Amino acid sequence: MTDALLSVRNLSVAFTTYGRTQPVLHGVSLDVPARSHVALVGESGSGKTVTMKSIMGLLHMPPASISSGAILYDGRDLLTMPRRERLKLTGTDMSMVFQDPMSSLNPVFTIADQMSTILKYADKRLGRSRSRRQRMDRVLEVLGQVRMREPERVARSYPIMLSGGMRQRVLIAMALLSEPRLLIADEPGTALDVTTQAQILKLLKDLVEERGLALLMITHNLGVVRETSDYVYVMHKGKVVEEAPTAELFAAPKVAYTRALIDAVPRLTGARPTQRMEAAP
Amino acid sequence: MEFLRFLLRRVLWSLLVLVGLSMVIFIIARAVPGDPARMALGPTATQEQVADLQKKLGLDRPIVQQYGLFIAGLAHGDLGRSLLTERPVNDDIRDTFAATLELVLATIFIAVVLGVPLGVVAAYWKDRWPDNVVRIVAIFSAVTPSFFLALLLQILAGYVLHILPTTGRLPPNFDFAPTHTGLVLIDSLIALRPDAFLEGLRYLLLPAIALAAATMGQMARITRSSMIDVSSQDYIEASRAFGVPEWVRVCKYMLRPSFVPPLTILGLEFASLIGNAFVVELVFAWPGMAAYGIRTILQKDLNAVMGVVMVSGVFFVLVNLVIDLLVGLVDPRVRIRGSRQ
Amino acid sequence: MSDELTLAEDAPRLSSAYQSWYRFSRNPTAMIGLVIVAVCVLAAILAPWITPHPDHVGAVVNFRARHLPPSADYWFGTDNVGRDIFTRVIFGFRISLMLAVVVLGTAIPIGTILGLMAGYFGGWVEIVFMRFTDIALAIPPLVMALAVAAVLSPDLVNSMLAIAALWWTWHTRLIYSITRQLRTREFVEAAETLGASKFHILFREILPNCVSAIAVKTSLDCGFVILVGASLSFLGLGIQPPTPDLGTMVASGSAFLPDYWWESVLPGCAILFVALGFNLLGDGLRDLYDVENVR
Ligand SMILES: Nc1ncnc2c1ncn2[C@@H]1O[C@H](COP(=O)(O)OP(=O)(O)O)[C@@H](O)[C@H]1O
Ligand SMILES: [Mg+2]
Repeated sequence: MTDALLSVRNLSVAFTTYGRTQPVLHGVSLDVPARSHVALVGESGSGKTVTMKSIMGLLHMPPASISSGAILYDGRDLLTMPRRERLKLTGTDMSMVFQDPMSSLNPVFTIADQMSTILKYADKRLGRSRSRRQRMDRVLEVLGQVRMREPERVARSYPIMLSGGMRQRVLIAMALLSEPRLLIADEPGTALDVTTQAQILKLLKDLVEERGLALLMITHNLGVVRETSDYVYVMHKGKVVEEAPTAELFAAPKVAYTRALIDAVPRLTGARPTQRMEAAP
Repeated sequence: MEFLRFLLRRVLWSLLVLVGLSMVIFIIARAVPGDPARMALGPTATQEQVADLQKKLGLDRPIVQQYGLFIAGLAHGDLGRSLLTERPVNDDIRDTFAATLELVLATIFIAVVLGVPLGVVAAYWKDRWPDNVVRIVAIFSAVTPSFFLALLLQILAGYVLHILPTTGRLPPNFDFAPTHTGLVLIDSLIALRPDAFLEGLRYLLLPAIALAAATMGQMARITRSSMIDVSSQDYIEASRAFGVPEWVRVCKYMLRPSFVPPLTILGLEFASLIGNAFVVELVFAWPGMAAYGIRTILQKDLNAVMGVVMVSGVFFVLVNLVIDLLVGLVDPRVRIRGSRQ
Repeated sequence: MSDELTLAEDAPRLSSAYQSWYRFSRNPTAMIGLVIVAVCVLAAILAPWITPHPDHVGAVVNFRARHLPPSADYWFGTDNVGRDIFTRVIFGFRISLMLAVVVLGTAIPIGTILGLMAGYFGGWVEIVFMRFTDIALAIPPLVMALAVAAVLSPDLVNSMLAIAALWWTWHTRLIYSITRQLRTREFVEAAETLGASKFHILFREILPNCVSAIAVKTSLDCGFVILVGASLSFLGLGIQPPTPDLGTMVASGSAFLPDYWWESVLPGCAILFVALGFNLLGDGLRDLYDVENVR
């Protein structure tokens, strides 16, 4: 399994608040081979977002601290490589789709502004260069790729002028800007209504398949897992409690926790959860 | 389009506020015990003199009619005549207003240019030493009475260090008068007089700092809490994930959405800034509206007092309209929705 | 029925009083503020007994001791007629604090009631009240006090009335914005459904939720009212001599700058000291109650 594109090894993370240290991840391991579609599923608070943030280098340290483990990307440990090297990967080669389209876009800048800023600094990190015009072309191109009907108009818009579904597409487009090989999606579309969420998931799946990207889909909803992933890790209280190919997991869950999760799947897959899943830490 | 409608609505409300203000002021000035003409002329004046002045200024007419005249005058920008000198109040205020305007503009400039970055610094290093330093500076500048700070600056810069002049607006017998806009700093540039510009700046510095301190402290505090608010938003986290460098994130993505609260407070606190300008002008013998206002008040020249209060009110309302415009420019949500929140 | 409701809600509040105090006492700025405020209030109350020269409050003249610098006898020095400045500063706290109490004692009840009504009833009540606050906001309190002084006579009572006549607007705005948010909350709607009176809803359901914001605002405001009052007396519109008043002392002392600096600087520092105390206390309370938007 060392040939996996992304390999999290025995990762332990703790948070220190008010002088008390609380472990949150206890030796999490998971593999995402190139071009594979892997899901990480678990109830709210089980540590999925913390795992994602560790991978993407988004943990604020302190209060967080990584007590042990390694995160290998292309065989190189992200945790020990120089910061500059790591920054060349995150946001470019490994990229992510944010969950909440309402709050993940800056309200006071246009979509074009936000996207071309991301592209500009991604280019800079990678030592590439593009003219302003070329950056804009790329932004419009990617907006087209996420099936946006009028890319120019969307690019000129402020987030408040777009619907939730359109904003979620913009978030996906942002992730695709620098042609990543790995896409991490943390509960994409959970803030949207059921139909739009289904469309977004379909779009994500199509895009990933078209371009042969690896996908790490983070969700609390096993219905989403069944639709998007080939392999599943089940997470509970900061530990991976079960892993299996998707079909196997649904057919014969080994642990009681997984069974409970499966029983909780609404009949109509992708149905909206009744409570909002997590507060962003 | 929505934004235009928003601005238009604000302008209309502002007019209403001014009408209300004129009523309040008129009631205070007219409905009090005593006769304005008698008050102005003093106990030694004869009955005929008083009646004469009353007639001249329309004080013998019914109160509603008086208010009508007052409002009609205001609509033409006419504040009536001084009870004492019988000079038009307009002329007196015009002569002094430019000096006050220059002081207040310089004050706002200093307060924003120092206060906002201090707030950003404090928010960026939240709970670390720069934050603590800024908080202490902000608290002290907010609680130091303007007149006291003015005195301290006078002692320090004028008497101890001998670096800056402590009274007036330009050196005595200086052969330059601001004739275009009334603002020394601008008129000296128009007239190509760098020496006058420098002198004007030297004289302006201390009063402006004394007046700016309180507002600067507020700006710093509010920018800080607003930045901290914004820094925990998802979109800041997202820009981090996409590798937007830290300084761009702080100075662009965080700063701009943080601007509305400090701007709003600047507008609301503007009234107390004008009030403080009165004392600061007095300490530095700044030839502004304050000296005029206080003189007329002590002389019980009610028409002039009404004029001073009205002009302060108009000033407040105009500044707030400019702020509405700025808020719209900074925050597209206001532009698009046509309302603040 | 309403008694039960109140009881049930009060229980956790009481048990958390100790917790609140614990958190408060661990907050250095809040504690410093509290100590400063306590010192000032106590000094003001006990002034006749703790000051070294209580007789210097009046129109005492002692030319042999005039313009003396701070010393063991006269901690803050003496003024131009030889009175002990320290004594007069302590007595000056009385005027400052009384001003704050009278102004806020008038402004807070009025502001709170208007804010509650505007926020809860909406409609024309809201429009009329809030436009009225807009008008009042446009007048600088200091200028208003000056104008009133011009019409009536320059003295402390008139100045206080003038300041109070404008100060309520800030409280109205604050309470209004809180009430607006609370109006649609479950406990208010529940009370409405149960047919509770408007009075009950305004004063028993909504008002208790404004208390922390009012406490923070009041503490901060005490400082600011004292500053405005000091500015007024600095301009000669406060309480008339010989009664000691901090702003007046700064003004009269400033005539002897820079040689006899203590005569204006030390009373000025005293004003700063009280205002600082109330501000630190307010800041601490704000952190404690987590009401970030109260200024
Ligand atoms: N910034 C933080 N400080 C303290 N604890 C945190 C923080 N972020 C997350 N946690 C803790 O980590 C655990 C896992 O959170 P998270 O990864 O967000 O769960 P989820 O699986 O819903 O994404 C939670 O119990 C939460 O309390
Ligand atoms: Mg999560």
